[in-house]
Parts: sequence; C-alpha cells; structure tokens
Amino acid sequence: MAIFLDENSRIIVQGITGGEGTKHTKRMLASGAHVVGGVNARKAGTKVDFDGTVLPVFATVAEAMAETGANVTVGFVPPAFTKDSVIEAIDAEIPLAVVITEGVPVHDSATFWAYAQGKNTRIIGPNCPGLISPGKSNAGIIPADITKAGRVGLVSKSGTLTYQMMFELRDFGFSTAVGIGGDPIIGTTHIDCLAAFEADPDTDAVVMIGEIGGDAEERAAAFIKDHVTKPVVGYVAGFTAPEGKTMGHAGAIVSGSSGTAQAKKEALEAAGVQVGKTPSETAQLMRDILSGS
Amino acid sequence: MDLFEYQAKQLFEKYDVPVSLGEVATTPDEAEAIAERIGGVTVVKAQVKIGGRGKAGGVKVAKTPADARAAAEAILGMDIKGLTVHRVLVDPGAQIEEEYYVSYLLDRANRTFLAMASYEGGMEIEQLAVERPDALAKVPVDAIAGVDESKAREIVAAARFPAEVADKVAAVLVKLWDAFVGSDATLVEVNPLAKVASGDVIALDGKVTLDENASFRQPGNAAFEDVGAVDPLEQKAKEKGLNYVKLDGEVGIIGNGAGLVMSTLDVVAYAGEKYSLGGGHSVKPANFLDIGGGASAEVMANGLDIILNDPSVRSVFVNVFGGITSCDEVANGIVGALAILGDEATKPLIVRLDGNNVVEGRRILTEAAHPLVTLVDTMDAAADQAAHKAAELASAATAAHGNSGSLN
Repeated sequence: MAIFLDENSRIIVQGITGGEGTKHTKRMLASGAHVVGGVNARKAGTKVDFDGTVLPVFATVAEAMAETGANVTVGFVPPAFTKDSVIEAIDAEIPLAVVITEGVPVHDSATFWAYAQGKNTRIIGPNCPGLISPGKSNAGIIPADITKAGRVGLVSKSGTLTYQMMFELRDFGFSTAVGIGGDPIIGTTHIDCLAAFEADPDTDAVVMIGEIGGDAEERAAAFIKDHVTKPVVGYVAGFTAPEGKTMGHAGAIVSGSSGTAQAKKEALEAAGVQVGKTPSETAQLMRDILSGS
Repeated sequence: MDLFEYQAKQLFEKYDVPVSLGEVATTPDEAEAIAERIGGVTVVKAQVKIGGRGKAGGVKVAKTPADARAAAEAILGMDIKGLTVHRVLVDPGAQIEEEYYVSYLLDRANRTFLAMASYEGGMEIEQLAVERPDALAKVPVDAIAGVDESKAREIVAAARFPAEVADKVAAVLVKLWDAFVGSDATLVEVNPLAKVASGDVIALDGKVTLDENASFRQPGNAAFEDVGAVDPLEQKAKEKGLNYVKLDGEVGIIGNGAGLVMSTLDVVAYAGEKYSLGGGHSVKPANFLDIGGGASAEVMANGLDIILNDPSVRSVFVNVFGGITSCDEVANGIVGALAILGDEATKPLIVRLDGNNVVEGRRILTEAAHPLVTLVDTMDAAADQAAHKAAELASAATAAHGNSGSLN
C-alpha cells in the first residue's frame, strides 16, 4: 500500500498539450506511471504522441474519466484558468486532483476549496510538486529516480526539500512522498497526510517538513500528540527568515510573533516529534529510528 | 503587497465604501495648499506601511492651513519604526462620536475568509484581541457565498453594534466585501470606522494587503508599487524576474526552490556561528535568492550579478538539488555566468550540486577549473566553507582598512 496513489492509479493530465504538461507527462510515463489521457477542450478528439505512447485528448475531465477509467488528474493549467479546471474536476467526482500550478490567486484557491466541501475529490496543492509512491505511481513533477520504494512516509510544503530529503534517505526508500505546497490555502494538509500514513500498513515512520508562515505545523503537532503512534521526525525551514518578508512561497511569511520556525519547532517537540536543525540532521534522526538505535 | 492608507482609501472609494479622504502632499507647501482647499480643521497623517503612527507623532490635527504646513514640516522625513516618511495625507477633520473596527482577512487555518468586527475601535487590533477578546467578533465567511446583506447583519449582530448604526455598518460591510473580492485582497481593515457628528459611518483609516498572484487580472496593482522604498538590489532582481530578498549578512546565497533556499540560509547561519566577525557578530546569509526550475546560464548570470553587486557579500554559496533542473545546465550556467561577468566577478563561489545529472555537472565545473569556484560534496560542508571564506575575507578587509588608516 501507499497513500493516495498506488499501482491502480490511472492518471489524466489537465493542460496536457501545454509546455509544462507535455514535459511532465513524458516524465511521468517514463517513470512507469499509468497516464491514460489528457484534457484540453480546444484540442478534444486529437491524440498526442509522448515518445511512443499515444494518448487521447478529451474535452472534459468527466469524458476522460468515462473513456479511460481515470481516477487521478494532474493539473498544469495556467493560474488564470486553474480555478475553473479544479471545479471541473470536482464536478466530475474524480477521487484525486493534484494541482501543480504556481501563482494561483488565493481567492481562487479559497473558492475551489469551499466548492470541494462535502464532495468526493481530494485536492493536493496548488503550487506543489505532487506526490509519488515509488515503484507504483507518480502524479506530478517529483523525479522518480531519486529513491526507491520503502517504508518511510514524507509530507512537505516544499518541492526541493522533498527531493533533498528523499535523496538523504535514498537507501531506505519511501512508501509515498507528498508535496502539499507552500500556498496560504492548500487542499491536503500535513494533518491529512499524517492520518493517512498512520493508517497505512506499509509506512513505518514519517518525515514531516514544514516552513515559516501560518500555523499548520503547530496544528499538525497537536494532531500527532493525539492520533499518531508511528515515529515522526520533523524539519522546519526558515529560522533565519526576517519578519514581514515573503520567502519565495506565497504562504512563507513571518507576521509578528506568528509563523516563526522556532514556534513550530517547539510545538513539534512538545508533541514528542524529534526536530532536526538541518536536512542532514533530520535524515540522521530518521536513520537512528529505522535502524533501532 | 501592502498599500498606503491613502491608496487603501482610494480603493475603498472605488467600491463606494464611505471614506474621509483628502489629498497627498510631499512638501509642507503642498500640505498647506491642500488644507486651504479643504477648509476648516484637517488631519495631517504620515503615510508609512506600519501601525502605531499616532503614538510615534505621525498624526497631527491642524486648525488652519498654517498649522497643516507646520505639521507636515514636522512629519515629513520623520523616522517611524525604521521607515522614513516621504508623504503625508491631509484629510478633512472629522467630529468623531464613536470608533469601531471592521476587517476581512484570509483565515489560513480554516481555509476560508474571516470577518472581524468590534464596537470598540481605535486601538491596535492585536491589543484589542488580547485585552478585550469578548468585544471582538470573528465570523467565518464562505468564499463562495460571500457577504450579502444578511451575512453583514450576522456580523453586526455578532459584534453587538449599537442599534442606531446597525444599518449603516451593515451597508459598509457589504461594500467592503466587494472591495476585498474585487481587488483580490488578503486583508482589508478599517480602524477606525467612525460614527461622526452627522450620524454617518465612515472609514477614517484603511489598511489593505493585495495578493500579488492576482496581478494578472489586477492591472492597477503596478501603480501601487512603492518603487522608491524597495531595496535597489531587490528592485533589480524583480525586473529580472528573480525571487530575491536582501538580508544583512556576508554569505550570498543562490539556490533552486524556496524551501531549499530557506533551509540553506539556516544551514549557513548555523555554520556561521563558528566564525566571529568581532563585536558579537557571526557570519550570516546575505540574501534569499531562488532561481527556480530553469537555471540557464542567463538566469544564473542574472542571479550572480545581483549577489556580486551587494557590497556586503564576501563569499557566495550556490546550492542546487537537481530535481527537474539538470545539474549540467546549472554547471554550464555558472561557467557561462562567470564568463559574462568577467573581471566583475571577484568573490569566491562555493558550489554544491546533487540530483539530476550530477556527475556531468561536477565534471563541467572541474574541467572549467575557474579559480573562484570550489566544488563541495554536501550542503553542510559547503555551508561551512562558504561561512569560513566569508569570515577570512571580512577580517582581511578589516586589516587592510586598518593599515591604510595608519598611513594617514
């Protein structure tokens, strides 16, 4: 098993004919993921050749699902059209919608999140690298060749720190690594992933990577204390970030005393989570746990 | 992006939120002329993007145009919490009977919006929240349903506004919501919203934060940018499409991905603790710079150009984990950038590459054998070396400075 994504995942790509969509469809296919088609209303009915794999393009997510049995959509739709594309995916009741697009206005994210309530679609992102269950499937832009299948779960706000941590623990391997994104409003949170990893029999321990801004890490700490029995190791980026400056991600900003890395570290440690000062120290903490020392 | 008070109130006016709004002056002469046009009592207010102006002496009531000139003379050039005042807003004076508070903001925890309102306005909202939490109503607002008249009445009731102003406050709340959504704001705050002698309810102050992700559909946003107040290197980086934040240390940082760059800053700061610069200072990162996914020679050259032009930078740490980015492209980027910069590049570069195509990337740098470039295997070791170099060069510069001083 794995969380959210496994060997039964059948992936369609919204925005499959665009530059990013084309590039990453090829990469997903090369990594062995079952990409079964794409969506672009203006190119519906055409077929696209991705290095030998010919995929059909459909007008809508609903049509693509009906024709291909798709159960995951990965979105590379430009920010101006992201909201409508996610709402279309929700209306089609696709179980998982991964929104890669960076730069989505927060009013749009708030709208599609509100729209998804009480419906059947899990949203991951926006502004995220997606998720990978090594050896099983890959939905998004996380490189498949960093590491192998294993029993560590990973949840992270940051793409490159996801890669860095997969690299640090490449000899152990991962059940699933989820990049949840660094925007102020995201669909799937640290807590959602922690709950899923806790329930996943093939995950033994979890690395949780956070960064400055908001209080998601503090809430995750409270959740871990009450609901997570598997070992969790944490890392928080941005101890040296000054107040009031957005550090790359729209959500990564320290406002007054809220959102600091120190507060997040303290909250995690109070919940029994060991927190590393650096990515390598964090990886070492996980190694010690996995090797039973 | 935060707006000045006058910009916030101009925005409110556009959405028919009742405001008290005069004109902006950059000189005492202008302030006097504006006060003359307005007639009667005016209020001269420092325009800085920070709270607590009143306490700092940045807001003065002027009975006459001459008073307004004097007030502007006192306020212009004033330093308020590190910000210099370049403009004052000269507003018509208002006979305030009561002061309230209303705002809409993003509620990250609940992934929705929040209305906050209080019949006790005027003081800082953080202070109100702590000292009188029961007087501050917090009402979640659904992003799709928004604030219509009935929602506005719910907020008014939750905040226990006096009955005689309930209708007027509700009307303000509906229009303020239009402004919040229409401008793609993440915060609109009116403090105080005042009941004045005429019985009207008007916004005497305004605070607005706009979502820069929405700039593609908010063409007016460009006009709000306070170009003069931005650090010149940050301005230059922005023009080149780079994500750069100036900090006050000695090690320039370039990396790919916001999280990895933030982490790099931390690792350099930890490594820097070992290297004292005297006076209790240790080596620290000089900036945040995320070159993102496509690290072409041009992007790398733009990034290096900005960092090498920062006089406080002593050494540079290039930290790349190739996920999508290929390390050979990054390596070619570094070599190409140094060729473009030529003699302008004088500071040592410590480079750590890992991930996609790393062997080829390292080979390119090793073969180029540029005298300024040192390739280091791990992030921790590279951070240590960058901090060490920065400390060495900083102390050499201090020594050189000392020597030249002794010649005089």
